Amino acid sequence: MIKKSISFILIAIVFLALFLTLANDVPFGANRTVVSAKYIYDGVQDTGAANLVTAIVVNYRGFDTLGEVTVLFVAATGIGAVLYNMGNPVRKKREKTEASLIVKTGSKVLFPIMLIFGAYVFIHGHLTPGGGFQGGAIIATAFLFRYVSDTRYSIDHKKFTATESVVGMTFAMVGILGLLLTGYFLYNFLPNGSPGELLSAGIIPIIYIAIGIKVGAELTGIVDNMMGVEQ
Amino acid sequence: MIFYMASAFLIAIGLYALMAKKNLIKMILGITFLDSGVNLLLISLGYINGGTAPILLNGVKPGEVVDPLPQALVLTNIVIGVSVTALALSVVIRVYKHYKTLNSDKVRDMKW
Amino acid sequence: MIWLAATFLILIMMLFAIYAIHTNDLLYAVVAAMAVSLIVSILFYILQAPDVAMAEAAIGAGISTAVFVIAIKKTERYEHD
Repeated sequence: MIKKSISFILIAIVFLALFLTLANDVPFGANRTVVSAKYIYDGVQDTGAANLVTAIVVNYRGFDTLGEVTVLFVAATGIGAVLYNMGNPVRKKREKTEASLIVKTGSKVLFPIMLIFGAYVFIHGHLTPGGGFQGGAIIATAFLFRYVSDTRYSIDHKKFTATESVVGMTFAMVGILGLLLTGYFLYNFLPNGSPGELLSAGIIPIIYIAIGIKVGAELTGIVDNMMGVEQ
Repeated sequence: MIFYMASAFLIAIGLYALMAKKNLIKMILGITFLDSGVNLLLISLGYINGGTAPILLNGVKPGEVVDPLPQALVLTNIVIGVSVTALALSVVIRVYKHYKTLNSDKVRDMKW
Repeated sequence: MIWLAATFLILIMMLFAIYAIHTNDLLYAVVAAMAVSLIVSILFYILQAPDVAMAEAAIGAGISTAVFVIAIKKTERYEHD
């Protein structure tokens, strides 16, 4: 009781300090673009991508994206290492509550449509809102849908790990190719094209396709690792 | 203005769940709320009055878009948040298998 | 007009967040956290950020909730005071 009331008072102090500082000193909706003025006005000319967020994430700050892909990879490996040797790796027993026939058949029909939608989101990353991470999450949701509707479904873990490694190496290879051809790591060495076309914006579609497949395979591997633990 | 209150409220709720609750899964839920609150604060700092989405197609001029730089930072932060949550939950599963309880007072003692 | 809708959504989100921390049933808490993530995704769209809205909806309200539910299934469902 004492601990709850002391923490309540401290949290109220934190909330009031944060809210009052923000409301008095930081005006909402004011123009604060100092660094991003260059990205807004020169973005389409330099990179050829119409989506400015994609141009920043892949081209101007592409090294941070490489770091983020590394963090995701380390987390997936860590989950596989923590949950090692904790249960039967193949789920073949029948659960107590099964889904009905409509759910099972409907999930098999909807599965390729969801995969195509996820692929559409990360292929058109430089034209419409979207990109690699969003498309990869949609692909992982498609596999999760198959897991939820059928209790005896499990993916082939070796193929997914192999796909993920090959695609991750593609991302690093594109960067090293830029280093060999132009002298800078992850520099844009393909022609830019005209903004608005599908085949434009240099290396951005290649990198986003690689990231999309990698994130999809990784999140599915995480879900499969956690599902295979016995209770 | 209302967005500042929403993000400060989410940060405060996340901190309260980390400080005053004993269940391990409630604490990880608090970390998720902290992430959402900070992301909302970053995006609401980049809003410009009368601006539109930062995609320069169909006649949108570069003078009337909102700031795209905080959106790139928040995109990275969301993916890192979900990977930290997944790793923390797998550690919790391992702790439950060994201690048979999820109370953080009982799992704090280091027994031989 | 749109700011009125945003105020209404923020009030509902605060109620969901308080419920998620206060309840003893962990499955209800996770569903309330998913509702908070969904409302935050709508707020991102109101603030003219469609990329971030799509990422938060797909990752925060999809994969994160699924991982929580799997973790609750392998441990306990109710919180003991």
